[in-house]
Amino acid sequence: MSSETTTKIPEAATVPPPGAATPKRRVPQGHQRLLTRRDRLTLGLMAGLPTILHIALVWVTALASIALAFTTWDGIGFDSIQWVGLQNFKELFEQNPQFWPAVQHNVIWFAVLIVIPTPLGLFLAVQLDKKIRFSRVYQTAFFLPVVMSMAVIGFVWQLIYNPDTGLINSLIGANEPGKYIDWIGDPDLNLWAILIAASWRHAGYMMILYLAGLKGVDPSLREASALDGASEWQTFKNVIFPTLRPTNTVVLVVTIIEALRAFDLVYVFNGGAEGTELLSILVTSNIIGESSRIGYGSAIAVVLLLISLVVIVPYLVATFRKERRA
Amino acid sequence: MHPSSLGQPMPGTSRRTVLRGLGGAAVLGAGIPLLSACAGSSASSDPKTVTVGSNASDAVPKKGYGDVYAAFTKQSGITVDINTKDHNTFQEQINTYLQGTPDDVFQWFAGYRMQFFAAKGLASPIDDVWKTIGGNFPSAMHDLSKGQDGKYYLVPLTTSPWAVFYRKSVFQKYGYEVPTTWDAYVALCKQMKKDGLVPIAYGDKDAWPAMGSFDQINFRLNGYEFHVELMAGKASWTDAKVRKVFDTWAESLPYHQEGAVGRTWQDAAQTLVAKKSGMYMLGMFVAQQFSNKADLDDLDFFAFPEIDPAYGQDTVEAPTDGIMLSKKPKNHAGSVKLLEFLGTAQAEEIYLKADPSLIAASSKADTSGYSTLQKKGYDMITQAKHLTQFMDRDSRPDFTSTVMQPALQKFIRDPKGIDSLLSSIERQKKTIFASD
Repeated sequence: MSSETTTKIPEAATVPPPGAATPKRRVPQGHQRLLTRRDRLTLGLMAGLPTILHIALVWVTALASIALAFTTWDGIGFDSIQWVGLQNFKELFEQNPQFWPAVQHNVIWFAVLIVIPTPLGLFLAVQLDKKIRFSRVYQTAFFLPVVMSMAVIGFVWQLIYNPDTGLINSLIGANEPGKYIDWIGDPDLNLWAILIAASWRHAGYMMILYLAGLKGVDPSLREASALDGASEWQTFKNVIFPTLRPTNTVVLVVTIIEALRAFDLVYVFNGGAEGTELLSILVTSNIIGESSRIGYGSAIAVVLLLISLVVIVPYLVATFRKERRA
Repeated sequence: MHPSSLGQPMPGTSRRTVLRGLGGAAVLGAGIPLLSACAGSSASSDPKTVTVGSNASDAVPKKGYGDVYAAFTKQSGITVDINTKDHNTFQEQINTYLQGTPDDVFQWFAGYRMQFFAAKGLASPIDDVWKTIGGNFPSAMHDLSKGQDGKYYLVPLTTSPWAVFYRKSVFQKYGYEVPTTWDAYVALCKQMKKDGLVPIAYGDKDAWPAMGSFDQINFRLNGYEFHVELMAGKASWTDAKVRKVFDTWAESLPYHQEGAVGRTWQDAAQTLVAKKSGMYMLGMFVAQQFSNKADLDDLDFFAFPEIDPAYGQDTVEAPTDGIMLSKKPKNHAGSVKLLEFLGTAQAEEIYLKADPSLIAASSKADTSGYSTLQKKGYDMITQAKHLTQFMDRDSRPDFTSTVMQPALQKFIRDPKGIDSLLSSIERQKKTIFASD
């Protein structure tokens, strides 16, 4: 760092103040130019290449998959692509026995995340914000699942849920005939079992977001409300929580995204068997494989995209409007 | 550090800092061509080298094939460049792999799975190879190696049958007899339940084992021809014959291990090892779970019982693995030589020395080194009138994985509502099979 500052200071000092040019230096025409032509070329390339890559890898592929949603294609040679119009969507809505459960499960996923781990994360954040003893330790413990990959979390929770040898069934003796509890295979249980694992991770994530938000609350607000004789709960409800509004927006958006992209945990857990179907898993199981149904899988992906847009567009509109006002 | 705030132009920012900041991005950008360079295969048009795409990523098969290719190099002087990929990854990428720059020859499966890629023009016919090696194989293997156009596309290497596995000591202890008919099978299940055993071990978490159960009952009840028609999408799933398969299956379901959808086949096999369950209908690879030599010697099997005397036990499900020639091999002559070598009994014997859980596809291979289990499996396959592959090898994989796997899981968990399940399968089948 020190070498950086020393090299910078003399240079910065030699930059002439506007209007007072030293005779030795070339005076830039119009506004001051920081970069030479070669620099601009370099920068143009550096910015241009990523832009081209972005357009090719993000936009072209996204638009191509929207186009493919109206075709059937097995992925072998481009001449086997056939237009079928809305056939894929018709089949999806009317005949696929997994589609509507998948939509429903994505919604349940969101509802559970917002109702259970989010308030829990807020609660933990408020407690940790009080600077209790060992708060760093607790913070690390709760945040640990967020650092781990979802796939690893899936493996860890399998050890707990495995119906034959797992922790729960072994402890309560539910791995015997007659008293058998099939956490992974029973469609009335498996979604909830897996949501506990997802919530375990999500609570830590929310805790960190809220903790950051709480750090930004002006301490004088707390002092003022304490002077006014407000109880702790009253302070939180009437003073602290309202100031967390921007954090709440972020939390909402993050949770929606988590619910829509839910995939890895379930994929490891039981591959999206009955009871845990998700849109992302349907997309994968139709597209990846030796003879894939790329058109059909793309149609599911388009549905997922539309749902995401319904959520994201209002958020972006609101954000931009706010920025323009500011 | 000089103070800065976002969005405000800083007079202190020199071109050097700007460029330095972007330098990192440039390094990242330079990485991309490197990455894509890795994808290019080490293909060469060297006439002394043949490249092989291998899915034998597990330690035992990997060593087995390595030994076989080494023996070929020793005999012919042609180097074999083996390109091994993870088994499942190989399967998932086969589509793009064959369309890109595949190796000269690649390992694959017999049945519809082979015919599909042959029909798409992604493999070369090898009738000339079969002129040399044809005599080494029984007629059922000839049929398995042909594409829909009647040309040969595959050299079969190994196979292993599906059957009902049990432990001799358990049958001895309770005085059980091997059932040969469906009624005797169900009666035995009842008796086992009384004796405190789980009659049939079962695990369908990976969603494919249930396909094997369906196949067995289907060709015992309706025969081989119907199996082929149904798998090819020609027969209807709402046919009364199919309904009868599910009814028969439902009759035996109460004797299957509880909670099958949450259990892997390995865990189910462990109950057979532990003598907690009486029988297990699976492929011969179940032996891999018997790590103790004494337990392995105690393992035995019988053919799935007869249901309709018209078909008896004439069909055996025996998934076969083999090797195919890619569409434009760089070294055609060398590849043909390699395929001819792989079609000999000698090559299979080398392989089976390393991996004793399988059986040679060739009828000329020396069986004297076989274990009792292997010998029995060998007899079962050579005496079978028809060999089937497996639902996901005999039918379109997109149909079996997206429609049949979830449907069968639904059925074994809750066998009610067969009719609506079958009509749903039939509707989805029609659109999938119509897409060609």
